[in-house]
Amino acid sequence: MLKTFPRGGVHPDDCKISANSPIKVAPLPNKVYVMLNQSAGAPAITLVKKGDHVKTGQLIAKGEAFISANIHSPVTGIVDKIDQITDATGYKHQSIVINVESQEIWEDGIDTTNDLLTDIKATPQEIIEKIKNAGIVGLGGAAFPTHVKLTIPQGKVAEYLLINGAECEPYLTCDHRLMLEKSEEIMVGITIIMKALSVKKAFIGIENNKPDAIKQLTSLSQNYSNIEVVSLKKKYPQGAEKQLIKAITGREVPSGKLPIEVGCVVQNVATAKAIYDAVQKNKPLIERVVTITGPNLSNPSNFLTRIGVPINHLIELAGGLPEDTAKLISGGPMMGKALSNTNIPLTKGMGGILLLPEKLSKRLDPYPCIRCGRCAHACPMGLEPFYLEKLIIKERWEEAEKHWIMDCMECGSCQYTCPAKRPLLDYIRLGKNKVSAIIRSRKN
Amino acid sequence: MDKKFIISGSPHIYAKDNVQRIMLDVIIALIPATLGSFYLFGFGAVRVFFVSVISCLLFEYLIQKFLLKQKPTINDLSAIVTGMLLAFNVPSNLPTWIVIIGSLIAIGIGKMVFGGLGQNLFNPALVSRVFLLISFPVYMTSWPKPIESARQLTDVITGPTPLGVIKESGSIAAATQTGEIPTYTNMMLGNMGGSIGEVSAILLLIGAIYLLYRKVITWHIPLAYILSVLIFTGIFWLIDPTKYADPLFHLLTGGLILGAFFMATDMVTSPTSYKGQIIFGIGCGLLTGIIRLFGAYPEGVSFSILIMNAFVPLIDRISNKHFGEVKA
Amino acid sequence: MEPIIIAFLVLSLIAAIFAAIIYFVDKQFHVDEDPRIDLIADKLPGANCGGCGYAGCRNFAEAIVKNNSLDNLFCAPGGNKTMAEIAQLMNLEAEEKKPQVAVIRCNGTNENCPPKHDYNGIESCGFANFLFAGDGGCAYGCLGLGDCVATCKFDAMYMDPITGLPVVIEDNCTACGNCVKACPRNIIEIRNKGPKNRRIYVACMNKEKGVYAKVNCSVACIGCNACVKECKFDAIKIESFLAYIDYQKCTLCRKCVPVCPTNCIVEVNFPIKKKANIDLANDSNQNIENN
Repeated sequence: MLKTFPRGGVHPDDCKISANSPIKVAPLPNKVYVMLNQSAGAPAITLVKKGDHVKTGQLIAKGEAFISANIHSPVTGIVDKIDQITDATGYKHQSIVINVESQEIWEDGIDTTNDLLTDIKATPQEIIEKIKNAGIVGLGGAAFPTHVKLTIPQGKVAEYLLINGAECEPYLTCDHRLMLEKSEEIMVGITIIMKALSVKKAFIGIENNKPDAIKQLTSLSQNYSNIEVVSLKKKYPQGAEKQLIKAITGREVPSGKLPIEVGCVVQNVATAKAIYDAVQKNKPLIERVVTITGPNLSNPSNFLTRIGVPINHLIELAGGLPEDTAKLISGGPMMGKALSNTNIPLTKGMGGILLLPEKLSKRLDPYPCIRCGRCAHACPMGLEPFYLEKLIIKERWEEAEKHWIMDCMECGSCQYTCPAKRPLLDYIRLGKNKVSAIIRSRKN
Repeated sequence: MDKKFIISGSPHIYAKDNVQRIMLDVIIALIPATLGSFYLFGFGAVRVFFVSVISCLLFEYLIQKFLLKQKPTINDLSAIVTGMLLAFNVPSNLPTWIVIIGSLIAIGIGKMVFGGLGQNLFNPALVSRVFLLISFPVYMTSWPKPIESARQLTDVITGPTPLGVIKESGSIAAATQTGEIPTYTNMMLGNMGGSIGEVSAILLLIGAIYLLYRKVITWHIPLAYILSVLIFTGIFWLIDPTKYADPLFHLLTGGLILGAFFMATDMVTSPTSYKGQIIFGIGCGLLTGIIRLFGAYPEGVSFSILIMNAFVPLIDRISNKHFGEVKA
Repeated sequence: MEPIIIAFLVLSLIAAIFAAIIYFVDKQFHVDEDPRIDLIADKLPGANCGGCGYAGCRNFAEAIVKNNSLDNLFCAPGGNKTMAEIAQLMNLEAEEKKPQVAVIRCNGTNENCPPKHDYNGIESCGFANFLFAGDGGCAYGCLGLGDCVATCKFDAMYMDPITGLPVVIEDNCTACGNCVKACPRNIIEIRNKGPKNRRIYVACMNKEKGVYAKVNCSVACIGCNACVKECKFDAIKIESFLAYIDYQKCTLCRKCVPVCPTNCIVEVNFPIKKKANIDLANDSNQNIENN
């Protein structure tokens, strides 16, 4: 019996066209653009100035605030300028632009070999300190600083560690390839997190559309008595934190609370790999695996690439921008952000770049809601999107709040399934924005 | 800038289903019963059917174009479904002008006054049927006998519906003696008096299975509806089998199957949550049973669905438990 | 005859009982209210626009009576006339305010700031604002989806389909400020209407450096300081590469308009400029005095 979360969910087509393309190391471009606000929370504060020579892995910006992450130079080169660069949404943010030098020099103390180090010498405090120094953020997409997530609040106990290998978004395959090619490192990474959290049991949740990854990690987990691979039924959004916890442990995170409330901590597989690099090899988070994919892309691939590389460089490596591309998406098609142009630099949270052709890009004309209720049945949080939409159009924010609008995690299942093609999530996001402003003003 | 990219909020992909497809599925599901009715009632059924469908389409187009000054949306096929269901709910010898009035009521009063597709509180076809039943009771309750009347073009032989016979004679025992009660096989096949589309249980069930397979409808409303009718009538049958008909009789006669699978399940006028749908189905079932056994009319499907339609906004507020709603 | 009498008596009795109940309830739950609230509410326009910061006109009237002062309480749609009447009722002094109007501080028309993306979503500036920077690529400019038009209760705004910008109909605008609150980019400002409805303002909100501001929009303020140098009345300030004309200090001399290299300073309702600038400037100075 395959596990899954009980309520809602949709079954979009897989479209994992790059699943069989092994991870390739992408060559470096001439310039990289390192954004200072790559993670959730406050932007990092720059430590370098124009003309400085930086080594690969050198700390170039420090996350000073509580929720903030360090940023390291992904390349060796000269700082060209520190300036405003357009990010994924078209807004400009402070970034460090570095001219890449061909001769790569790594910062001292970083182990760049491929040897597998399974022996964990660091103490739990040292582990979290190392993760913080390495600037690791959640690589699943939200880019929340990992050291904050691993610091268990007072009075709470973590019981289970859940590793998210669901990769429920269509098209994306970066986690899948990572699980196949870096499975040993992931296992060690998981052990490190378990030590840091002092939890006894870890589960790796993988959807059953990746049987090779399930098989490989299951056979490896024989060597680790307390890591268990859980095969999950393919259903979107399985990779959502609360849904994954429900699917694997059967526990339900209370509304408005964090997973630690039910004794769980969730981390992505890619984050586990990054933690391995940081703790065992002293290697900061300067590279990640990115899926470049699209139905008409000539060569959909998974690249191991440095942070700050402009995405048009990666698209060129994957065969160039197809003629009929009408939409560029950072992330998967269900939750990804539409990008305004191809010059955007890669950030830590980007797991994939999806290029959609014209006919898949345009929204269809909406029909009136026929109250079929499919959105409500698809909603994994048990909300009623069609009703929320009506409330928001009528600007009845307080009522929307009473109907749990703030519990919406914007997975897009409602809008995906709507036969009338209504822009449900647009309205709900607008409503969430307004309602959260109301809640904030109430607190003051 | 080289290229203008499209910017929109997530999600960026959509399920294949759309409103037209759902309506088309309902139309496909109604086709077996339609063809069956053409065979059973002959030319009269063909006439009523096409007059109803075409006039519904026409009225929707005209009202949207000239009264509401909107872009007509008859391509969503919902008017065809309304027209078909209206035809299914009237006798085959209904005069053409009454059918046209019925279509106007269904589209105009049943749907457009509320604001068109998706806004109406009541099932348009049933609004119209009840309107016709009250306005033209004689025309609406003369039921041509199937097969026999199909062979006739001018004179139709009419007779009562099985439920009507019971209401007339007062008890099932008395009704059986009149010889007007068909066998169960005939009820199953549709060889009995009744509205065009409601008679043949087997052909309606074929359509219903298709709808369930296509996931246009779920089992909640039909099952709750039919089960509650069966249980309600079953209790009275056990109390007095000579007075009350058995549950199977109630299932196969009248518009129960048509109502339960095709009209109570109308998405616009039924609750959205499964819990609400079950409550809605049980409400319909109980009202149908009460009207059939104790009411003035022999048949209560239309009335009970319309009455329950009025409760839908209330039922909808019985919301499901949402995720994370657990005891702290 | 008998049934009619019975029905008449029964219904009369019911009516009497209900009348008694209503009378009792009215007495029991009567709330003493300052009669001035009603009087003030009658004077107010009754549009319930919310521009004063209260939910409706009645709430505004209650606030006046409760505070027993007119500080920070001004009904923009009613204007000075209404406020003077209210002041008379309350035996207070009303502060005379100059007539004001909403001003769109963005000139990023489809021509000046050509669209670089194709937005495909709901017609809501609030949503588009947090989704992306806008079709024109300017993170400060008008998104052109008409939240301000939707919120206006006085039919004082419409979207110009050619420019893609909202337009204020001066005669209808009451300066209630609802559009200011609705705009997620704070483009709209309530400014003095000015003598003969003449106004000068900077039609740009772009706080970027000049080089970047110019990339997206040909009429962006680049913060060059030319206008500041020109202004003799200290009315123009530049803050984060953006000029702002203080309408309290501006004398409408129009000297800043020609010096702006990007033509982002806009003048409205002035006669077409002739050679003699100085005369006109004097003229408008006099106008201010006359007002």
